[in-house]
Amino acid sequence: MDFLPHTAADDRSMLETIGLSDIGELFEPVPGSVRLEGPLSVPPALSEPELLDHLSVLARKSQGAADLVCFAGGGAYDHHVPSAVTALASRAEFATSYTPYQPELSQGVLQAVYEFQTLVCEIFGLEVANASLYDGANAVTEAVNLTVRVTGRERAVVAASVHPHFTDVLKTYTSGLGLRVDVVPFGDDGVVAWNEIDVGDAACVVVQSPNVFGRIEDLAGAVAAARGAGARTVAVSDPTAMGILRPPGAFGVDVAVAEGASLGNPMVYGGPYVGLFATTLDLVRQVPGRIAGETLDADGRRAFVLTLQAREQHIRRAKATSNVCTNQTLMAIAAGVHLSWLGPEGLRRVGEVCLRRTAYAARRLAAISGCRVRFEGTHFKEIVVQTPVPGAELVRGLARRGFLAGPALGRWFPHLDDCFVIAVTERRTEDDINGLAEAIEKELAER
Amino acid sequence: MTGSLESSAGTREEPFSLIFERSRPGRRAWSLPEVGVDAPSIEELLPDELRRDEPPRLPEVSERDLVMHYTRLSQRNWAIDVGAYPLGSCTMKYNPKVAEDAAALPGFARLHPLSDDDLVGGALELLGTLERALCEATGMARLTFQPAAGAQGELTGLLIMRAFHRKQGNERKKVIIPDSAHGTNPASVSLAGWKAQEVPSDGRGLVDLGALKEALDEDVAGLMLTNPNTLGLFERDIVEIARMVHDVGGLLYYDGANFNSIVGVVRPGDMGFDIVHMNLHKTFATPHGGGGPGSGPLAVSGRLERFLPAPVLAWDDRAERWRWDHDRPDSIGRIHSFHGNFGINVRAYAYLRSLGPDGLRRVAERAVLNANYLRVLVGDAFPTAYPGACMHEFVASGKRFKKHGVRTMDAAKRLIDLGYHPPTVYFPLVVEEALMVEPTETESKETIDGLADALIQIAREAEENPDLLHGAPITTPVRRPDEARAARELRVRWTPE
Repeated sequence: MDFLPHTAADDRSMLETIGLSDIGELFEPVPGSVRLEGPLSVPPALSEPELLDHLSVLARKSQGAADLVCFAGGGAYDHHVPSAVTALASRAEFATSYTPYQPELSQGVLQAVYEFQTLVCEIFGLEVANASLYDGANAVTEAVNLTVRVTGRERAVVAASVHPHFTDVLKTYTSGLGLRVDVVPFGDDGVVAWNEIDVGDAACVVVQSPNVFGRIEDLAGAVAAARGAGARTVAVSDPTAMGILRPPGAFGVDVAVAEGASLGNPMVYGGPYVGLFATTLDLVRQVPGRIAGETLDADGRRAFVLTLQAREQHIRRAKATSNVCTNQTLMAIAAGVHLSWLGPEGLRRVGEVCLRRTAYAARRLAAISGCRVRFEGTHFKEIVVQTPVPGAELVRGLARRGFLAGPALGRWFPHLDDCFVIAVTERRTEDDINGLAEAIEKELAER
Repeated sequence: MTGSLESSAGTREEPFSLIFERSRPGRRAWSLPEVGVDAPSIEELLPDELRRDEPPRLPEVSERDLVMHYTRLSQRNWAIDVGAYPLGSCTMKYNPKVAEDAAALPGFARLHPLSDDDLVGGALELLGTLERALCEATGMARLTFQPAAGAQGELTGLLIMRAFHRKQGNERKKVIIPDSAHGTNPASVSLAGWKAQEVPSDGRGLVDLGALKEALDEDVAGLMLTNPNTLGLFERDIVEIARMVHDVGGLLYYDGANFNSIVGVVRPGDMGFDIVHMNLHKTFATPHGGGGPGSGPLAVSGRLERFLPAPVLAWDDRAERWRWDHDRPDSIGRIHSFHGNFGINVRAYAYLRSLGPDGLRRVAERAVLNANYLRVLVGDAFPTAYPGACMHEFVASGKRFKKHGVRTMDAAKRLIDLGYHPPTVYFPLVVEEALMVEPTETESKETIDGLADALIQIAREAEENPDLLHGAPITTPVRRPDEARAARELRVRWTPE
């Protein structure tokens, strides 16, 4: 099935209009020496029912949150996606539209993005937000690059408790520019002692709170350490915590970023997700990517457009604030609809359920003989579990017992090889938590 | 065969409220469980200085009002499902519905990205098959799915280029791009830490071989090229260009923005390219989502494979399954939080499996057929900037209307009133008053005939009644917004009055 409307008569008539007799003549400029002589060696075409059957077979070969009770964390979480959000974000008028360069035909996307930007500002307590970036890692990188531009410095101080993939991407992205990335360690309590950190000549400090262990970092201390050295602060946040946690903007951070997929988007094996990016008004001309703005139309009606485009690659080219073009607009719209579905009370409820059920889980798991919860202190949504068994082995054992946990921490932190993460979202019930605890007990007993 | 934004009741509400303006204290859409476990309170768990004291000003609306708001908003938007969308360079072709069902299967949509490989066998098998097919279609050896869009693919490719040259002992200083290139090319070159050097197009609209020869030396890391180029013209000297770049030790980068016009006909690898990014949201028909998500897999030839972002897929012969190989000492590192836009790759896979090898070739053929058919129909009204046949798109110039005080943007806005989304305007930069038209292969002859009639009518109106064009559009929810005002009186978020 090729979705083409052309009949044989269409082909003939159109070729005649062009003055050609054979469709192959259209490719006359392609040198004969490099043209393909036969069809590509790709799998044969399938009809729609055959395709769906094939895909269903493939889909059933995996086990995810539909098959196992999902306590997996590490940057992707099994949050509830409201039916209304799925329905609205699936609307073809949003899904099959292009970047809103023609505003008269794009008020739907533009206004939805403007609302999204407002919602992101509100949850993080900041003044401006962009229309989204690719994912959390990309948002961190773009934030660091912003601080490099405004400070003229070429070094970043990154907490070891930031999601390691975010730091990896930052290092990769900036390797050509020669940015130096210095990783500062966390203490026995799983957070960085910011008053002991020498920020030196860094452009910024990058801190994540809640961090990769679910621990709440000392944002006030991070901001003070950065400011004391003339550096900026980039805070990686979690939007689902923003109903209960003091927002990064209230601590005086310069840029707040986050992986926003927990709002309105499924886990879908890691993407498409959505990078959230918010900062202060004085930095708006340094913001990467698209920004929707409000104006008036020719008749004086409120209208929305993409604004400050002189920052962007299609205008500024080699001197743009970023190379980003396509972003994750549809995911941003879903996130915005989800936040509007939640409202202030709903967002608080999500945060409260995650926080308190995580506290319950920590107590329940700590009661298991041989099992310990690492990094004492307050955790949001995630805890680190330590047992005498290597974390990777235990995670595999739990999957066999019907629970999706992890990630095991050995790959990221070799000294935490006996640890793994569990995340407790609002979807995990008391029974789920008790079931997980019993599964861990059995795993440990049988070894 | 025209679309319209006028038909839906309610979408012309004036002023059209923001979701915040529909908020009423006490209303709610949310439905969530009680905490329901024996655990300390928020106040006991969080010290005062960590607790939020003022709630964010999120809207309070019923689910019914929420759904109406965003449904009506969606109806204030053009989309490929509404009508023709002939944006040059953007490839707004029809996005098959079966691909949406595919991506929504729980065995894809509810997979956790850090799951052990043996829990995600189906996803890895899909990616493995898709990788092989995309490498076959591009003539490359291996690829990474991490880049979330074309520009991220560009940066990935350039960093691989840098790693390659570093291994050779000379990181070099610049990358050559044609003056007709997409803005992402020079922006990505800067981000990769190199200088972008432009070479001009010649009288044919193709890379000027003399200028290229002059620009090439041992400081050149590579050449980035879109082929067909952004003028819709195939770089017919490509074999010679590849030889010239390789002769100075440079690499040839293929910007896959226009891959849709040659897929199944000729492969970038066979033309001499070393690095290729694809825009799956173009060639493989995944929905653009109002500006994203895309998916920009980056493929390389065998000699660059070792530098790909880790992890890469590996087939385990003994276990007969796919796994992620993290042991990649020469890798440039990670470029995405997880595995790229997997949900988009599932859709691209569904599209690829629908078409098969013959379908892919037919797509390229009909894309080029449609563009040339439209080019010929409107040739008198909107002559192309460069003579001769085009590939999947053509660039016309509206400069002859300037004497009537009509700009290309005016013609574009008038087209809206006649029921079509305008083509791309003012790009590429090398053409004065550019109008870049890409009908795509999924538009029927009747749609193209209608679009041609509308463009011919506009050319006539430009001479006879320019004010009609200056005042357009008049059929849309809003008329021309004041963009200068938007930048001057910056309002990029709602605030309570």
